[in-house]
Amino acid sequence: MSKNSPKNLDEIVTEIVETDLLIIGGGNAGCFAAIEAKKVSPGLRVAVMEKAHISRSGATAAGMDAINTYIPEGKTPEDLVRWSRSQVGGGPIREDLALSNAQELNGAVDDLASWGLPIIRGEDGQPEYRGKWDISIHGEQLKPIMAEKAIESGADIYNRVAATNLLMHGDRCVGAMGFGVRDGKFYVFRAKAVIVSTGGACGLYKSYTSDATSSHHQTWMCPFNVGTGYSIGIRQGAEMTSLEQRWVATRTKDHCGPVDTISVGYQSSVINAHGERVLQKHYAHLGGDKAPRYIRANAPMEEWLAGRGPTYADTTNLTPEEAKELKTDYLNERPSFVLFLASRAQDITKEPIEIYGSDPYVVGGHCQSGYWVTIDRMTTVPGLFAAGESAGGTPNKFVGGCAAEGKLAARGAVAYVASVKLPALDEAQVAKEKERVFEPLLRGPEFDGVSPLEMEERMQRLMDEYAGGITQFYRTNEERLDYALKHLKMLRSQVQYLYAKDLHDLMSAHEVIDRLDMAEALAHHLKFRKETRWPGWQTRSDYPEIDPKLDCFVESRLNKETGEIEMFTRPYEQIVPGDRCQP
Amino acid sequence: MPPRVDKEKCDGCKAQHEPLCEQVCPGDLMVLGESKKAYCRSLRDCWDCMSCTKICPVGAIETRIPYQLGYHVAKLIPMMGTDSITWTCIDINGNVEHFRYKNRVEPE
Repeated sequence: MSKNSPKNLDEIVTEIVETDLLIIGGGNAGCFAAIEAKKVSPGLRVAVMEKAHISRSGATAAGMDAINTYIPEGKTPEDLVRWSRSQVGGGPIREDLALSNAQELNGAVDDLASWGLPIIRGEDGQPEYRGKWDISIHGEQLKPIMAEKAIESGADIYNRVAATNLLMHGDRCVGAMGFGVRDGKFYVFRAKAVIVSTGGACGLYKSYTSDATSSHHQTWMCPFNVGTGYSIGIRQGAEMTSLEQRWVATRTKDHCGPVDTISVGYQSSVINAHGERVLQKHYAHLGGDKAPRYIRANAPMEEWLAGRGPTYADTTNLTPEEAKELKTDYLNERPSFVLFLASRAQDITKEPIEIYGSDPYVVGGHCQSGYWVTIDRMTTVPGLFAAGESAGGTPNKFVGGCAAEGKLAARGAVAYVASVKLPALDEAQVAKEKERVFEPLLRGPEFDGVSPLEMEERMQRLMDEYAGGITQFYRTNEERLDYALKHLKMLRSQVQYLYAKDLHDLMSAHEVIDRLDMAEALAHHLKFRKETRWPGWQTRSDYPEIDPKLDCFVESRLNKETGEIEMFTRPYEQIVPGDRCQP
Repeated sequence: MPPRVDKEKCDGCKAQHEPLCEQVCPGDLMVLGESKKAYCRSLRDCWDCMSCTKICPVGAIETRIPYQLGYHVAKLIPMMGTDSITWTCIDINGNVEHFRYKNRVEPE
C-alpha cells in the first residue's frame, strides 16, 4: 500500500467537469475528432479524457513507417472499398461506412503532411507508394505532431485520467466517469455527446512470449489498449458487431514487430523451412501473394502446424543499402526491432527474418469489430459516438482511416450536441461508480485477495487455450467456448477479491475488469458464428467450412435486465458493385 | 522490454514536476524514486516503444532486449535533433551502424 493511498472514499476528491463534447481516448482518431470539432464549431467546449499522455499514447506511441491507405491518382474511394472488401474475403463489411471513410481519407492524410509529418515523395513530389495503397512516411513523430495540433485546437486535455464507465441518463449517454491515475481524483465528465476512440483490445489472449520474464507485453498491438472503450459500451447495452473477426497478424518471431514493412515494402516472400514460397506453393488457388489478408496472416502458423516451420520473410535478396532502408523504416515504427536484430547479430541480407503469428486482438481499425454505428458514427446508445479502432463495420482503416473517422464522428457529434440539453447530474449513479472504482484500493494491505496481474494471467491463458489463441493455432470449438464462458463467469464473480496497492495497480485492476467483459462478449461472438469464414481470424474446428447462411453481421447486446449477452444478425448490403472477392 | 536507467546520468529532470520519461510512458510505468532517480516500476509490462529512451534529455535510459529473446548485449542509442533523429546501433559482436533521418518537415 503506497503511503499516499486514500484510506476511505471521503478522502477522495470528486472533480466534476462540464463540457459539450467528451472524447474518450486521445489517440489517432481522438486527436482528429478534437481538432475537427473545434474547427467546425470553435465555441464548442471539447474535453479529451486520456489514460496516458496524448503526446505518446496508444497504438502509434512508438511511431509509424507507413500510411497503409492513401488513394492514388486515377483510383476512387469505391476502388478502395472493393480492395478492402476483398481483403476480408468479400465481407460482409459496412460499405456505407467504408465509403464515407474512403471519401474523407486523403484529406486526413494531407492534414498530417501539412502539420509536418514527413511523407516520402518521388521526384515528381507525389507520395511514393510501397504497395498498391500504402505510402511510406518517416513517422517517428506522428503521435507528438497529432497531439500538438489537438492541444492547439483549444480542446481541454485531461491526461492520465482513465475512463471506467459511461455516465447515463436513462438510455442516453451524457458523459463518462473515471479516475486520475496520478492525482487519485474521481472524475465526472458531463457532456452532451461522447465520442469513444480508445483503441482496440490487446491482452485478452496470452502472447507466446509472456512466460518469459520481462516480456509479458511483447505484443504487436499496444498492450495498454485493453478494450475499455468497448466494455464501457457493452455494460450499457450498446450493440457490438463482428467481434469474432479477430485480428491475427504475421509478425516477426520473438519480437512481434510489423511485417508489412518487409513483405510489402521490400517484396520479400514468405518462405518455409524447405525454402518453398509458401503463398505460391500452398495458396495459389486463393491468389498466392495477393491472397486475402487473413490467409496471408495465418500462413506461417499453418506451416508450423504442418511441420514446415520455421517460416521467414526472405530478405536475402536485399542489397546492403536496401537492408539499411528497411531498418530505417523500423526505426520509425518499432525501433526495438533493430535492437532485436542486433541482439541476434543478424545480417538480414544473409539470413532471412523469422516470422510467426501474433496473439489475437480485437481492433476495429484493422478488422471490423466494434460498435455498430450509424453513418454519423453514433452507436445504438444515443449520445455515444465511436471512431477508429472502437467503431465496427469498416476493416482496413489503419492510421489514415481512423483519422478520417475521427473527423466524421466529430461532425456527427457536433450536430447532435446542438439538439440536446444536459440533464441534471444523477448523484446516486456517481456515488455508486465512485465506490466501485476505488473498492480495490480501499480493501487495505491485509486483504487476502487476488492481484490484477494474477487475474489477467488466468484470463489470458483461458482465452488462449479455449477461445482460439496462438498456442492452439487459433482454433476453437463449441465445447471449448462453453468452457471459456464458464470460467469467464467465475472470474467475473471473483472481481470482488481484486486488490490494488496503488493508483497504477488500480488502473490495472480496472483494465482486467474491462478485459473480462470484452472477453465474454468475444466468446459469445465466436460461439455464434458456426462456420469458418476467415481462417486464423475466426477458425471453428467443428465447423471448418463457410456457411452461406452466415453471410451477415453477427451482433451482440447485453440485456441489462437479465445480465445475459443476446446474439442476433444483421443483413449485409452491397453498395459498391463488383465481385466481392476481387479488388 | 525493460528500460534501464543509468543512475549516474539521471537527474530526475530536476525542475520538472514529473520527469519527462514519466510524462510520456504510455503504460504509466516510469516513476521517480525516492532518490529522485527515475525507474521502471514493472519491467515485464514495458512495450519497448522507446518513448522514454528517446525523450530523456541526458541519455540516461537504455532499452534492453530481455535475454530470453535476444543475446547479451546489443545497444540502440537515439539522439534527438529538432527535426531529425540519429540512431547508433551496436550488435552483440560490436558492429556499429548509424542511421539519420528527418522526422519533421516544415509545417505548411
